[in-house]
Amino acid sequence: MTEPVLEVSQLAYAYPDGHQALFGVNLSLVRGERVALLGPNGAGKTTLVLHLNGILAAGHGSVTVSGMRVSKATVTEVRRRVGLVFQDPDDQLFMPTVADDVAFGPANMGLRGDELTHRVETALTLVGMADFAKRPPHHLSFGQRRRVAVATVLAMQPEILVLDEPSSNLDPASRRELADIITALDITVLMVTHDLPYALELCPRSVILSDGTLVADGPTVDLLSDDGLMRAHRLELPFGFDPRHTGPRPSRT
Amino acid sequence: MGAGHGHRLHYHGHSLVHRLPAQCKIFALVLFVFAVVATPRGHYWVYAVDAVALALVVAVSQVPPTYLVKRMVVEVPFVVFAILLPFVAVGEQTEIWGMSMSVSGLHAAATLLAKATLGVVGGLLLAATTEPRDIITGLEGRLPRQLLQIMAMMVRYLDVTSDQLRRMRIARESRGFVARNPRHWPVLAHSAGAFFVRSYERGERVHLAMLSRGYAGSLSGFESAQVRRRDWMLSLLLPLAAAVAAGAAWWTR
Repeated sequence: MTEPVLEVSQLAYAYPDGHQALFGVNLSLVRGERVALLGPNGAGKTTLVLHLNGILAAGHGSVTVSGMRVSKATVTEVRRRVGLVFQDPDDQLFMPTVADDVAFGPANMGLRGDELTHRVETALTLVGMADFAKRPPHHLSFGQRRRVAVATVLAMQPEILVLDEPSSNLDPASRRELADIITALDITVLMVTHDLPYALELCPRSVILSDGTLVADGPTVDLLSDDGLMRAHRLELPFGFDPRHTGPRPSRT
Repeated sequence: MGAGHGHRLHYHGHSLVHRLPAQCKIFALVLFVFAVVATPRGHYWVYAVDAVALALVVAVSQVPPTYLVKRMVVEVPFVVFAILLPFVAVGEQTEIWGMSMSVSGLHAAATLLAKATLGVVGGLLLAATTEPRDIITGLEGRLPRQLLQIMAMMVRYLDVTSDQLRRMRIARESRGFVARNPRHWPVLAHSAGAFFVRSYERGERVHLAMLSRGYAGSLSGFESAQVRRRDWMLSLLLPLAAAVAAGAAWWTR
């Protein structure tokens, strides 16, 4: 068996106000795998994600990223290994130009000069935004900003890419373009989403988080086809969508 | 609902004035304002010289004069104050259009108007020909880094927050609200409160996103443009003209 790149074991967390968000979550991701993290609003998905790069510290249990346990001492390296793309690109992109913003992460890791420039170019090319390097982020369309947000994290050459609601607010074309980019990456992906067709399209495996516990873990098509499971955890497929009868991934590249 | 293109003060162009490095323009503007302010009282011809020199720069910059005139509304408070001066100042009185005015007040008002107008037009010209980002990089090394970071953030999020404010106003008005009298002020106060909380929360999310990319307290990436000796010489022409005129006025006083 391949060694897990991400190992979450018995993770529990309560917010300072006493609200308990996670109750002993176990999750293991193998290198190169794409996994969707599904669950209704308020299930604890964001809380779980914020543990993966040490923004929140585990109340109980542990998070291990390719053999390195997340703690105060390892947090810098963990944040390089786990790339978090936030839902609102305006939260992520804060520098005056796209290139500056993509350079922000690698520069924090100590890269300078040509090496830094090269990183920025590579990352922007991966998301098809190389021509926009000198533009201010707020002049881009929402879909373009989302792609730049992905590039800001790719520039750090993470081992795991964590995407929070990657398809939210995207028009269908931008949504498909982002899917093309994600499938082309040779990287482990954990994708938090309410967009179930998108999860089916991109992630062979899914896990369902509900009320702070992991209630299901299996092939995406099986979970989405299980009516009882879906209903029990406030998950609903869009009208007319049948996970058992979908064609191959549409791609126009 | 995307953000508009460009900042309201910036006039896109490729003239000589646009191309000069920001730090040269900022330095030139500061010197120019000093020279104007240092003009001895009563030598109105100096202001005429300054105005002609500034008008020449405006002509070279290809920024339409109407563009600058419209944005001169910021000067209105000074104008109001200047108009009041002849009526409230004491000393020798004179009669104009049947109204009694103070001679020293008239002089003070004219001087104030001349200095304010020259300063405002100079400032507007700098803003019109320099991208906000370049103004910040131009200040690099002249202001504390923390202050620059705050300014850079402000420039970056000005559009995001003003867009949010606009959306909140549209949403209010869509529900039939128009602020007409003081009884409506509580609604505006609630809006301002909600806006503050949202901006504060966004600040927190931006900080989280920065931490996720290894932010440890310092920003790099503000690199100023290369400055050639020719750039300095060209930018110093305007303050030089103003300084010579002011110097001549002191000489002949």
